[in-house]
Amino acid sequence: MANLKELKNRITSVTSTQKITKAMQMVAAAKLRRAQEAAEQSRPYAQRMERMIASVASNLPSLDNAPPLVAGTGKEDVHLLVVVTAERGLCGAFNTNVIRAVRRRAVELRDQGKEVKLFCVGRKGEESLRRDMGDDIVEYVTLREVKNISFVDARPIAEKLSQMFTDGEFDVCTVYYNAFKSVISQVVTAQQLIPVSLPDEDAVADEDAVDLGGAIYDYEPEEDDLLGVLVPRNMSVQIYRSLLESGAAEHAARMTSMDNATRNAGDMIDGLTLTYNRTRQAIITKELIEIVSGAEAL
Amino acid sequence: MADKVAFELVSPDRLLMSVEADAVAMPGMEGDFGVLPGHAPLISALRAGVIEVEGAGDAPDRIYIAGGFAEVAADRLVVLAEEAVVVADMDRADLDQRVQDANDELSSAEEGEERRLAEGKIAALQELLGGAR
Repeated sequence: MANLKELKNRITSVTSTQKITKAMQMVAAAKLRRAQEAAEQSRPYAQRMERMIASVASNLPSLDNAPPLVAGTGKEDVHLLVVVTAERGLCGAFNTNVIRAVRRRAVELRDQGKEVKLFCVGRKGEESLRRDMGDDIVEYVTLREVKNISFVDARPIAEKLSQMFTDGEFDVCTVYYNAFKSVISQVVTAQQLIPVSLPDEDAVADEDAVDLGGAIYDYEPEEDDLLGVLVPRNMSVQIYRSLLESGAAEHAARMTSMDNATRNAGDMIDGLTLTYNRTRQAIITKELIEIVSGAEAL
Repeated sequence: MADKVAFELVSPDRLLMSVEADAVAMPGMEGDFGVLPGHAPLISALRAGVIEVEGAGDAPDRIYIAGGFAEVAADRLVVLAEEAVVVADMDRADLDQRVQDANDELSSAEEGEERRLAEGKIAALQELLGGAR
């Protein structure tokens, strides 16, 4: 029969665990709201930037003269995978999902005889990938010190990427991150950054689209040059967006997983309390029997 | 035709301003230009400088940007700027700091485009500094 004292200790420890998970859930919920707001507020910029690029690109006679960031290097031998993960754990399968997708892609690419390089953003991804693919990690950026992601955090990453691209270190660059779909669902998304996948003008046409009445845009400077300035800028914006999305998704994932943990702890406490009470009653019954049979023997 | 221009200033973080104005002067990469209602569609890169908004009521009328892009279409003007500060909110110390940053940028910048941009930034800031004195 389980020891009463032991049971009581376990109940206390599970109760304090539950308190912690409950607090973490509430913190995540508060942070989620802020992160979601930030993600939403960054949308107008990204949308308009995309529309401009689509408009400029659709007016280019051909992509032959376009800057390499748009046209690519003409090969795709070396792939750079940018892995955006969280700085902390305890958020369910959030980090694992991204890492698994990256691993699968890396194996796939190697089977095709391509070279794979990794660029880790966030501590968790780096830690996990270093174990088996440590030699492929070429860059690692941690956002540990950053409380609220701002555009300033995204720019160095984009600059580093352009630099590496100019130095010919890779041909194709893809970002892997968790997109925030809803509070209960995060989707691992792969987005190709270089060469830029040009948005279709029709696809971008949203409610904001304006009727020009047949007029054509004037470009200053020329289309090619303008695209050359727009595209690097767009890269920072895309990185910024993936960081924000990943941030919101992280808090959402943590919230759900901590909610689950709190519920599990609750179930465990119920079970333990039941066993505790049964044991206590059994002990009392046993003592009574002992007293009664002792009295009868006299 | 509307007699106002819908002017929107967007930074990566959020929509900073959305006002109706009579006219807006922009620091274009290839020369300054003004946007009045009925302006022809245009997409232009912007250099560092000051955007001047006219006839927008209480909204700030002078805004410093550190470069960006402008899109004009059908009486609508959208400005994408990575950094935008209302001129009236900047003080001397802030400006000095910015000039210093720009100078650092210039010294680390490579020849060509980058250098030209940094020089433009300094010129624009210096002009503002002159006005503040």
